[in-house]
Amino acid sequence: MITLNINGKEQQLDVSDDMPILWALRDVLHMTGTKFGCGMAQCGACTVHVDGQPTRSCITPISAAVGKKIVTIEDVQNDKVGQAVQAAWSEIDVVQCGYCQSGQIMAATALLTTNHAPTDADIDAAMSGNICRCGTYPRIRAAIHAAANKLV
Amino acid sequence: MNSPLNISRRTFLKASALAVGGLVIAFSIPTAKRFLMPGAGKAAEGTAEAKLPAPNAFLRIGTDNTITVMLAHSEMGQSIWTTLPMLIAEELDADWSKIKVEHAEAAPAYVHTAYGIQITGGSSTTWSEFDRYRQAGALTRQLLIAAAAEKLGVPAANLKTENGFVINGDSKVSYGELTEIAAKLETPKTVVLKDPKDWKVIGKATKRLDGPEKINGTAVFGQDIHFDGLMTAMVARSPVFGGTVKSFDASAAKQVKGVRDVVQVPTGVAVIADHYWAAKQGRDALKVEWDLGANANLDSAVMLTEYRALATKPGLVAAQQGDSKAELPKAAKTIEAEYALPYLAHSPMEPLNCSVRIDKDACEIWTGTQMQSTDQQAAAKILGLKPEQVKIHTMFLGGGFGRRANPAADFVSEAVQVAKAAGVPVKTVWSREDDVHGGYYRPMYLHQAKIGVNADGSPVAWEQVTVGQSIMLGTPFEAFMIKNGVDATSVEGIADSPYLKSIPNYHVSLHTVKATIPVLWWRSVGHSHSAFVMESLIDELAHNAKKDPLDYRRELLKDHPRHLAALNLAAEKADWGKPLPKGMFRGIAVHESFGSFVAQVAEVSVNEGVVKVHRMVCAIDCGLAVNPDSLKAQMESSISFGLGAALQSEITFKEGKVQQSNFHDYLVLRMKDMPKVDVHIVLSTEKMGGVGEPGLPPVAPAVTNAIFAATGKRIRQLPIGNQLA
Repeated sequence: MITLNINGKEQQLDVSDDMPILWALRDVLHMTGTKFGCGMAQCGACTVHVDGQPTRSCITPISAAVGKKIVTIEDVQNDKVGQAVQAAWSEIDVVQCGYCQSGQIMAATALLTTNHAPTDADIDAAMSGNICRCGTYPRIRAAIHAAANKLV
Repeated sequence: MNSPLNISRRTFLKASALAVGGLVIAFSIPTAKRFLMPGAGKAAEGTAEAKLPAPNAFLRIGTDNTITVMLAHSEMGQSIWTTLPMLIAEELDADWSKIKVEHAEAAPAYVHTAYGIQITGGSSTTWSEFDRYRQAGALTRQLLIAAAAEKLGVPAANLKTENGFVINGDSKVSYGELTEIAAKLETPKTVVLKDPKDWKVIGKATKRLDGPEKINGTAVFGQDIHFDGLMTAMVARSPVFGGTVKSFDASAAKQVKGVRDVVQVPTGVAVIADHYWAAKQGRDALKVEWDLGANANLDSAVMLTEYRALATKPGLVAAQQGDSKAELPKAAKTIEAEYALPYLAHSPMEPLNCSVRIDKDACEIWTGTQMQSTDQQAAAKILGLKPEQVKIHTMFLGGGFGRRANPAADFVSEAVQVAKAAGVPVKTVWSREDDVHGGYYRPMYLHQAKIGVNADGSPVAWEQVTVGQSIMLGTPFEAFMIKNGVDATSVEGIADSPYLKSIPNYHVSLHTVKATIPVLWWRSVGHSHSAFVMESLIDELAHNAKKDPLDYRRELLKDHPRHLAALNLAAEKADWGKPLPKGMFRGIAVHESFGSFVAQVAEVSVNEGVVKVHRMVCAIDCGLAVNPDSLKAQMESSISFGLGAALQSEITFKEGKVQQSNFHDYLVLRMKDMPKVDVHIVLSTEKMGGVGEPGLPPVAPAVTNAIFAATGKRIRQLPIGNQLA
């Protein structure tokens, strides 16, 4: 039995400790906001925060998160930056198919938490690990700038 | 959910009461008599007297004033979740905040008004539903006014509607309060649509209704389905297309904690487990001996050489005029060129998946699909059921791009087979690697062209041969799309090119290669290769003639006003002809597809062999732009999708196997490579076209034409990759 702190709540999981956080969230706890895209940290759809760090949950075993705080898309609105990011996403109407957007929002929130005024180059560096096949990139960029302006 | 089964089959438009209160509006639609070419656009003019299929419901009004719009098509990012409700809301004078949306079930009544099956594709949803959804809204409004007239005891002519209410002077009645009376009324025989000058919703940039749930993680995709007893399956499939299971050893797989069963299915061996992680580990531990079959030595480089040999001979004639054979030798100069494009995977962000529950005399399926009709039929056939016994729940699609519209119903059929063999409800999930290896690619194509030009550089004779696999062959579309052996989608954009129409002599032919690699439409279908070839060739001709590429196109397109309008708008907005900063170069392309006309100007730099696309200026004439903001989003999307493919994507085969596996080697566009995009809409009252795909075809040639301007090197093979290094 492994205990994880997810969105501020202690959760007990009876699974092997090499299970990636992604599948613990999705298939054990049925928290499906975090998405499976590639399984090898190539697309960023599974991004969550572990102690504030953007983390690819598809390759991170739950054993690595014991004693740490996991935050997912389901709880990011309780974070001031996350709230601003989601508001900007809504304002600019970023989403299309929407499948990658949980990961995009978690990555953008992590970026803006450490960098309050990211440049386009900062955005390229922080967000190029998150693939969007619908090509919402220009709107993601605009939304990050908009959220940054609101947070000032 | 209530279905309006008590509605008369003989009534064109009909309303009925919901068992739980409220009003359901249903009407039958004319069945498509034949398949139309994508973009033909005639279907929306369907006639009322055509044979009627089962009735259906397009909207429900609850006593709580909610208006639920049923979508006959699938939302996969293109925003029909918003656009189709806009059509109803416009005619109904609905309160937009009360609109809810649901995917319709799979039923004959929801067939595409032009294609005759339930399908989302061909960039056709909005134009094909433009009348049907507006009529549903208008009919409902008429009924509600009649109901209010009865309730209030005033003439209907005294009443008007506004924002979800029927207004009677200073008082008003909400739509929800009128449903009970409305449901008992005789349905109007005719329906009157608004004059476009009175539109308040259509043509206005409108935010997505599915935005909130896709921002907070609550949107439910096929991948997110869960219910008690649902197991997860992964299938070990042959590493070579056409291979079969010789034998397998499941003992190690069954040792994995959480693995419940291992069963053979027609496509391979399925590992059934409590969750994905166990299924994956179980499949990794599974030992399968394959008979690789006839494709064990398949090699796409060798295939391309074979294509090249074929291209030296004319194929089946796709289009011709005059006598190019006689006229080519007489030309002042002949330009010859060969173009090649690779197999491409769709790689939607949501890997393929499908959940199936089989009960006695019934089956339920949850999946993101673009083609409910064939999925339903395939499932019914496997289970010995009638199609109507198979219920399909269409979930949000995590991208489609054509992959989820498969006439062979591959991922649904397999999931049904797995659930049948396992005897439990199962969600079959594909890994990213399964998805990349899983076939149904955009075919590889090779083109050879010989173009004779006169002394001033104008084309006088044009011969072009295309070689590639057919997408339509062996599908239900074959009868409609393959004429005299020529698959129209293999040569669309060439055989009907406006450039060729301006030339006295041309000959377009096709060799259809019968390879066993599964192929399918990939965003913009044949235009995904033909536009690259045609717009590159025209650019070659312009440079040969020492003319400006824009002016050269304008001359050839002088009788094609919609091409010209898009071309001129893009050129104007891109400041074509004015100097760019040092090191930056422009390329231009224009192409018609799916009834829309798109021109793009690419601004590109090339430094030490590295191509950087800085900006794409895009102009589109799609007729009426119902939701201008989602139209712009589709242009941005097509540019991203097309640019990734142009720069880096390819599927290749060696020793029968696909050489790519995941996003580290099947390369797609990322944020750092996304250019700035400026979209401009041609104000147009011309016939409506599509917007999901037409933005893609001009992308590659606009970029490679800019690369030529920058470097003098003509890119004739995609992806661009490191050809400039």
